[in-house]
Amino acid sequence: MAEQQLSKTLERIKGQFSDQIVDLHTSLGMDTVIVPKTIIFELVRFLRDDPDLKFNLLSDLTAVDYFKRNPRFEVVYHFYSLERNTRVRIKVPVAEPNPEVESITPLYKIANWLERECYDMVGIRFANHPDLRRILLYPEFKGHPLHKDYPVTRRQPLVGPQDSMA
Amino acid sequence: MEVMNQGGFESGFFTSKLDKMIGWVRKYSLFQYPFVTACCGMEYMAVASAHYDLDRFGAALPRFSPRQADVLLVVGTINQKIAPVLVNVYEQMTAPKWVVAFGVCTCTGGFYDDYATVRGIDHILPVDVYIPGCPPRPETVLNGLMMLQEKIQNSKQEI
Repeated sequence: MAEQQLSKTLERIKGQFSDQIVDLHTSLGMDTVIVPKTIIFELVRFLRDDPDLKFNLLSDLTAVDYFKRNPRFEVVYHFYSLERNTRVRIKVPVAEPNPEVESITPLYKIANWLERECYDMVGIRFANHPDLRRILLYPEFKGHPLHKDYPVTRRQPLVGPQDSMA
Repeated sequence: MEVMNQGGFESGFFTSKLDKMIGWVRKYSLFQYPFVTACCGMEYMAVASAHYDLDRFGAALPRFSPRQADVLLVVGTINQKIAPVLVNVYEQMTAPKWVVAFGVCTCTGGFYDDYATVRGIDHILPVDVYIPGCPPRPETVLNGLMMLQEKIQNSKQEI
């Protein structure tokens, strides 16, 4: 990665977690940090509590399936600081089998439902989540529809004809 | 009105068939159950309110208890998760009952060809009238309603 002028946010994160960070860059004006899943909880706590960062809003939490790449999944967090009007994106690569990361629900209450959605759609498990159930789909649903290898014509109706094109 | 024209009141009586008489009564006293799940609901409100005035067809009274309703108006996308609820509502309605698929999502699933959506409510319910459109124009809805009334008038009446 070519040397570039780091933003204040990235400078601060690098100062704290320098040896553990996988990558650190600014893409289209968005500060992005890629970290291993082992430090995600500590990093998020730092983002929230550090007086120079104050990322007090978790605006999104989602995951991406990079099918056929290893590690296959990437959990993506977007934080916003209301006070500093600054955003940061955190990416955590997660490998198969049993993709799992630490839940950040103890730090941000909104993470509860976002992590449930992430589990429902992409099948990422969140360790220490208080109630990791499906949130959008029904409990009988098998698999995770946003997996790239979920068959596009597969249907799982609760009532009516059970054929796959229903 | 066919019923009125046969004989008329001056002679003190008029003749009809029981089926026709009951059909005439039923088609002008439709109580609807609006099962509204999506954006078509806005169009439904436009039809039901004063500008298009569904009331002049004797069909404007929404009942939010399936036991009091005659027409199940399915308005909006039906996904796999809510499908059992819709079937449950239909089964709670007392006969005679009719089902109207309002909007293209209820007719065929519309552009939702995915894991979540029922591709047309006729997979799970018997549908009497399909009203296409995304959403349907109010005139289309009124036309659909009149087609339903015609169907009721001309069908064998279960008593």
